Amino acid sequence: MATNTLSSTSRVRRTLTTQEPSWVRRALIGLALAFLTLFLFVPLILIFYEALKKGFDVYFAAIIEPDALSAIQLTLTVAAIAVPLNLVFGVAAAWAIAKFEFRGKNLLITLIDLPFSVSPVVSGLIYVLIFGLQGWLGPWLAEHDIKVIFAVTGIVLATVFVTVPFIARELIPLMQAQGTEEEEAAVALGANGWQTFSRVTLPNIKWGLLYGTILCNARAMGEFGAVSVVSGHIRGSTNTLPLHVEILYNEYNFAAAFAVASLLALLALVTLVLKTVVESKITQPKENADEHRSV
Amino acid sequence: MSIEVCNLSKQFGTFAALRDVSLEVRSGELLALLGPSGSGKTTLLRVIAGLDVADSGQVLFQGEDATDQHVRERQVGFVFQHYALFRNMTIFENVAFGLRVRPKDVRPPDAEIRDRVHELLKLVQLDWLAERYPHQLSGGQRQRIALARALAVEPKVLLLDEPFGALDAKVRKELRSWLRRLHDDMHITSVFVTHDQEEALEVADRVVVMNEGRIEQIGTPDEVYENPASPFVYEFLGNVNLFHSRLHRGRAWIDGIEVDAPEHAEAEELAAVAYVRPHDIEVDRTAQGDAALAARVTHVLSVGPIVRLELVRDDSEDKNPIQVEISKERFRELQLVRGDQVFIKPRRFDLFPRRIH
Repeated sequence: MATNTLSSTSRVRRTLTTQEPSWVRRALIGLALAFLTLFLFVPLILIFYEALKKGFDVYFAAIIEPDALSAIQLTLTVAAIAVPLNLVFGVAAAWAIAKFEFRGKNLLITLIDLPFSVSPVVSGLIYVLIFGLQGWLGPWLAEHDIKVIFAVTGIVLATVFVTVPFIARELIPLMQAQGTEEEEAAVALGANGWQTFSRVTLPNIKWGLLYGTILCNARAMGEFGAVSVVSGHIRGSTNTLPLHVEILYNEYNFAAAFAVASLLALLALVTLVLKTVVESKITQPKENADEHRSV
Repeated sequence: MSIEVCNLSKQFGTFAALRDVSLEVRSGELLALLGPSGSGKTTLLRVIAGLDVADSGQVLFQGEDATDQHVRERQVGFVFQHYALFRNMTIFENVAFGLRVRPKDVRPPDAEIRDRVHELLKLVQLDWLAERYPHQLSGGQRQRIALARALAVEPKVLLLDEPFGALDAKVRKELRSWLRRLHDDMHITSVFVTHDQEEALEVADRVVVMNEGRIEQIGTPDEVYENPASPFVYEFLGNVNLFHSRLHRGRAWIDGIEVDAPEHAEAEELAAVAYVRPHDIEVDRTAQGDAALAARVTHVLSVGPIVRLELVRDDSEDKNPIQVEISKERFRELQLVRGDQVFIKPRRFDLFPRRIH
């Protein structure tokens, strides 16, 4: 007990000398809170307020209406295709970049970042240029009766493109920090490639991988720009949730628009909670008592 | 099992890590690869293990070519400087890993794996840590677990890359003698890399001194310390004093002291450097004949049984202090203090022709 009190007082003293005066702290915290309230909490509450303004009946009617349901279904389908694809690509790319030396490595890293640096509208337009009727492959696709633009395929392609960086970007620094020694140890002990990956590499990156997947999923479901360009906004067919919200809003159907938007807001909230949980797992303080203990 | 490497060369970009290295590791011996960083010792170890591939040359295990064999098939135990324990597994699972990943038909049953792992944990005296995770262990404990893990697959050779490099001095010393005892019990052909000369000389049966991708000398600790084959080995292993010298037809002049140098009988007016260990210098208060150099004591350090002196020559332009080690008794006899005039004479020395730059 005595040592406890001692250490806690010394901690207090130490923090006091390194802290700003209290009015500075309060001002900064107040500023941050005001900003968050104005730009985050108020809009979020407003979404749910507007959505429920005309009662629960209207709210649910807007959500279970066929066009809305088909938008939900499409959004889930797109995410269900895009996220696993990027999962595989992200792990493969991060594995290659972090564990091997090869020519063109920097180019690959730059390419992975490309979707972050290009406006989503431009990435949508790229697909129209390639697969559209006037595009490079347009005539050939039309001949073979394959529809990419204004169809689900195009939406999936655009979504995959936009969400490429999320998982790879999350894993590369993690895997680089972990180095290759554990893998080398596994191989020296006789493990084959798959055993090394599944028993050593994957468990070491699982939280980072989950974190990247959550972010990737959120973006895949919420993507607007690129999807908007390639979708064609065909109701009940090529409308994703974000596009559906826009259509309803443009039709002055505010209650329905906000009802559908509240679904996306809920998705964002769930994502945030998951992200926080996973983050705490990643940054779990690792004891580093190392060399100081007895042998 | 013996290991033989023949004419290994390896480049990393423009940096030559290994230049035509040949070496034989005898069956059952504990061999140290000693050298400064960048001398190629770790690369050589990794090439023997199969973790790196040499640009040219051969690796033979027990006379059989293993150059193109995968690490997996070489049956080597490898111990890393930073342990490389699997952080997501318990200590038990770490040690069991090598047995668990075996193909089904050669994998021992679970009960046998359990016995074997506990046996190994007992061997490294850490049986009580089986259910812990690596991050809960100290550095010394981790390295012993890494060793147990490597031994679990009954390797034919054990390769250790700076095994004690990340540990503090005390733990390092303890582990060092522990490794020596372990090797004496098991007699598994072992190669370990170190940049610590004391470690190499104390633990190994034979020492390979490496520099700039080449082997400078191979020999027992005694041989390399007492008879260094090159100026590099002289300077790398322990302290040494350098004296300007001249060689001429089997005679040498070490800063004016004329001595016999029969091994340089062919030398004609050759500039050379004499290497003299601090304990191979005789110190006297009076000149014993002409063959002594006058010097002045500038520093006295008398800690332990050996007294270290720093001397500066009066007559030479070379103002590098000369390091001398004498016994405490001799020091009491001479009663030296700072500023005293003494006469010194090299008792044992090696002469190397001066390298032309």
